[in-house]
Amino acid sequence: MEENVIEVKNFRKTYGSFVAVDDISFEVRRGEIFGLLGPNGAGKTSTLESLEGLRQPDGGTLSILGVDPSREMGKLVKVIGVQLQASGLPASMTPVEAVNFFCSYHGVAPRYDLLERLGLKEKKAEQFSGLSTGQQRRLALALAIAHNPQVLFLDEPTAGLDVPSRLELHDMMRELQKAGTTIILATHDMAEAEKMAHRVAIMLKGKIAATGTPAQLTATGEGLTKISVSSEQAILNSNGIIFPGVNKHLVTDEYAVYYSTNAGQSVSAILEYLKARNDKLIDLRVERPSLEERFLEITQDNQ
Amino acid sequence: MTAFINHFTYDFRTGLRDKSMLLMNYLFPLACFAMFGAIMTGINPTFKQQIIPAMIIFGAMSSALLGLPNPVLSSRESGIFRSFKINGVPAINIITVPVIGAIAHIVLVAAIITALANPLFGGALPLDWVQFVLIVLVTAFNMASLGMLIGVIAPNGRGTVLLGQVFYIPSVMLSGLMMPAGVLPPALGRVALLLPATYAMNAFNGLSMGQPASTDPWVSLWVLLAGSLLAFGLSVFLFRWDSQNADKKRSPLFALLALLPYLVMLVIG
Repeated sequence: MEENVIEVKNFRKTYGSFVAVDDISFEVRRGEIFGLLGPNGAGKTSTLESLEGLRQPDGGTLSILGVDPSREMGKLVKVIGVQLQASGLPASMTPVEAVNFFCSYHGVAPRYDLLERLGLKEKKAEQFSGLSTGQQRRLALALAIAHNPQVLFLDEPTAGLDVPSRLELHDMMRELQKAGTTIILATHDMAEAEKMAHRVAIMLKGKIAATGTPAQLTATGEGLTKISVSSEQAILNSNGIIFPGVNKHLVTDEYAVYYSTNAGQSVSAILEYLKARNDKLIDLRVERPSLEERFLEITQDNQ
Repeated sequence: MTAFINHFTYDFRTGLRDKSMLLMNYLFPLACFAMFGAIMTGINPTFKQQIIPAMIIFGAMSSALLGLPNPVLSSRESGIFRSFKINGVPAINIITVPVIGAIAHIVLVAAIITALANPLFGGALPLDWVQFVLIVLVTAFNMASLGMLIGVIAPNGRGTVLLGQVFYIPSVMLSGLMMPAGVLPPALGRVALLLPATYAMNAFNGLSMGQPASTDPWVSLWVLLAGSLLAFGLSVFLFRWDSQNADKKRSPLFALLALLPYLVMLVIG
């Protein structure tokens, strides 16, 4: 996973006087799932669309497997796959026609097997406008991977999908990644990014505010583990005792909640405290800091 | 080549199964053919000499000027062309395939009109079938290219309707479809020289229907062909993958160059 498949150097994109992307640099390695995160207007779409060859950069260089997306569209389409947006296919096109259409333009045999794999076999003759949102997105994925691209761009791939479809899509992403496909995942879903991405970049106001593995990013925040405790006598709710490692304490409903820099030490101390006072534990929850919390910290810091 | 054939097959099918395209390609022109055939041949028997070319041109305009631009516009606005771009569909195919598709629908409607006009309404049949087919093809190419150009440059749905109607309504009134061009006031006759349908009608009359032509019908056919090639070339030149991307945006005013052959005829005619 060391070879750089995508290299973005000092990339800049403007629309008139508005700077959408301001001098960003990052790279994506072969076989990696790279999450591109950020609120609306952060510059994700401009970055993705420039990498996909749909927009011309105003500065810097972009490279995908040595191909310049702004100049070598013919080479680019052979190595990338892009999951189309919901409205990216003609309303009257059926899944079979779409597979025929796109596969023939990519010069590969029609991949009808993907329709079956993605649960679209029964809908293969249905017009695109008659498919559910989930079916449309699954068809878009099938079309994106039909020509076995080395780099796959997924923009909000699970938006509008039900739980089984999300899990199926995640399985397919892992399968593709294991087969060597590099995946760029743009999403608002932090849990999805944390679960799927090897590395993420958080974009804010056209710049990269943070980059690294989800674990690295969460560790660089306040790094507080949330410990929620509920006991029969609720003795923790009424006193303000601070345990080792704890630097924040509050009470919500039936739970005493502690934020700790050393979860193991804090939990041991809490349990000993309850035992010493014959209070019986009902529930104990330990939640490590999530990417979502770190994301919120970063966005708040930048506002 | 397989990709082009798949693209064309899909496009042609869409012209039959999409309700609004079916309406403009077939139902509206054929309904008007039935209506005009029943009414006009009754009140104006000379219309029997005109019914086949007039209704073919009418059908070509309905299909190409009213039916073709909107799908082009909506495909650009909804991101379909962007999807095509990132999957390797060349811009030239995006222009060429719908134009060929429109020509195919126009030729089918022309065949239906030609087959039914005589038995249903006593319409005069062409005297020169080879030249008749040639004029049908050139007329279809002309209208389809013009419709594509409108779709390429129109900024929105209202724009496609407006630009289509700029040609459609005056053509029906002034190009000799419903009444001989010779009965028009001279000023309107001059305006008619700006309309492709005028040249199509003159070519049909002079080259295949055995009717008097107001000017040299071969010149009309060449003007029609030149207008077709210009409109097609300008469609390629002005094509945009999407409306949001300002890169390489060219002024839609270049589209006025498509009128050049007709303007020349207006000046020298």
